[in-house]
Amino acid sequence: MAESTAELTVQEYITHHLSFLTFGRIDDHWGFAHSPEEAAEMGFWAINVDTMGWSLFLGAGFLWFFRRVAVSASIDNPSGIQNFVEAVVEFVEARVTEAFDYKNELIGPLCLLLFFWILLMNTMDLVPVDLLTTFGFEPLLHTVFHLENAPFKVVPTTDPNITMGMSVTVFLMIIYYSIKNKGLGGFLGELAFHPFGKWMMPFNLIIEVPTLFAKPISLGLRLFGNLYAGELLFLLIASMLGLWQLPAHFVWAAFHLLVIPLQAFVFMMLTIVYLNAAHEVPHH
Amino acid sequence: MNINATFLGQMIAMAFFLWFCSKYVWPPFVAILEERKKKIADGLEAASRAQKDLELAQETSAEKLKEAKAEAAAVIDQANKRAVQIVDEAKEQAREEGQRIIAGANAEIDQEVNRAKEALRAQVSAIAIAGAEKILESSIDQAANEEMLNKLASEL
Repeated sequence: MAESTAELTVQEYITHHLSFLTFGRIDDHWGFAHSPEEAAEMGFWAINVDTMGWSLFLGAGFLWFFRRVAVSASIDNPSGIQNFVEAVVEFVEARVTEAFDYKNELIGPLCLLLFFWILLMNTMDLVPVDLLTTFGFEPLLHTVFHLENAPFKVVPTTDPNITMGMSVTVFLMIIYYSIKNKGLGGFLGELAFHPFGKWMMPFNLIIEVPTLFAKPISLGLRLFGNLYAGELLFLLIASMLGLWQLPAHFVWAAFHLLVIPLQAFVFMMLTIVYLNAAHEVPHH
Repeated sequence: MNINATFLGQMIAMAFFLWFCSKYVWPPFVAILEERKKKIADGLEAASRAQKDLELAQETSAEKLKEAKAEAAAVIDQANKRAVQIVDEAKEQAREEGQRIIAGANAEIDQEVNRAKEALRAQVSAIAIAGAEKILESSIDQAANEEMLNKLASEL
């Protein structure tokens, strides 16, 4: 596939496929970045149109689909699609019941959303790397916006903005529920007076504060790292192996097939565990 | 690979999706699963209750059958007894009737015989007198003869 753009070196090919279609303010006007450097110059107030768009499309698409199934759902005579959606909901509900000991109406839908959304975003990794980009969106962008060689990423979870956006939202929920259930004093006390008692407060803070902030960072970066690595290997295979890339793609896709649901599952499970800890009130 | 507003966009999207999911997607499915669970439990309970009812009904029906059989046997027994009684009564009645008819007939016969004897007796005395008159062709002391003839007639 890579040979179709013969003028690109391997490095250029990979760099191209790892950059985003960024829209932002450059040289006093709004527009798409033409290179990764330009995208970096745009600073914070720019948006990755490709990953954001796919993320919104997949999230809204699956919620719309689930909602449509819910509206026409039947108790006695479920259709095949309803059985599938029910299986997903039941699976998530079972995980929540297992690991979450408190009553919170938001945990179930949160976990369903995270699990299925991330699963779909990860699954975009199985679409052959050039199918939607080099042969799909990039010519489209060329004709519509006259963009030369614009990148277009289709796997939202290879964008740290997307994964960190989700993990930080979970983190905000952790903070919110911690303060709601333990009180501000209880929450701060947990950071300051554990695990060694109040005479060791600085030491406790050194341990507990990084632990707290490690939660969203590890949550977001784990997902990003796994998918980024998977994507990168697909790109290496596509750019360097010639015709041999077909069996190699197959082998790596088969392996990646395990990573895709596993990462979605891990993200959901850790969210449950963290939020469960946020509800725990220590007994003294 | 820099952090930009996509990060905020994803957070806002997630908050909105979470609101939608928790309001329009999650509750209906949980309700359906719950309701189906309840329905199945109810169905199983109803089935076991029906089984119990069936056993009870079978027991009752067996008992009723036994009762009915006993009752039928009693009825037949009674009917037999009654039949025998009716036959006996009829026999008795017939015998009595026969006796009565026989007695009536006997009485009538006796009456007829007596009536015949009486008539005969009356005629014999007249014949005897007439015969005697013819033989004697003379008048005789009718009173003395009559006494003798009456004596004769009563001996008949």
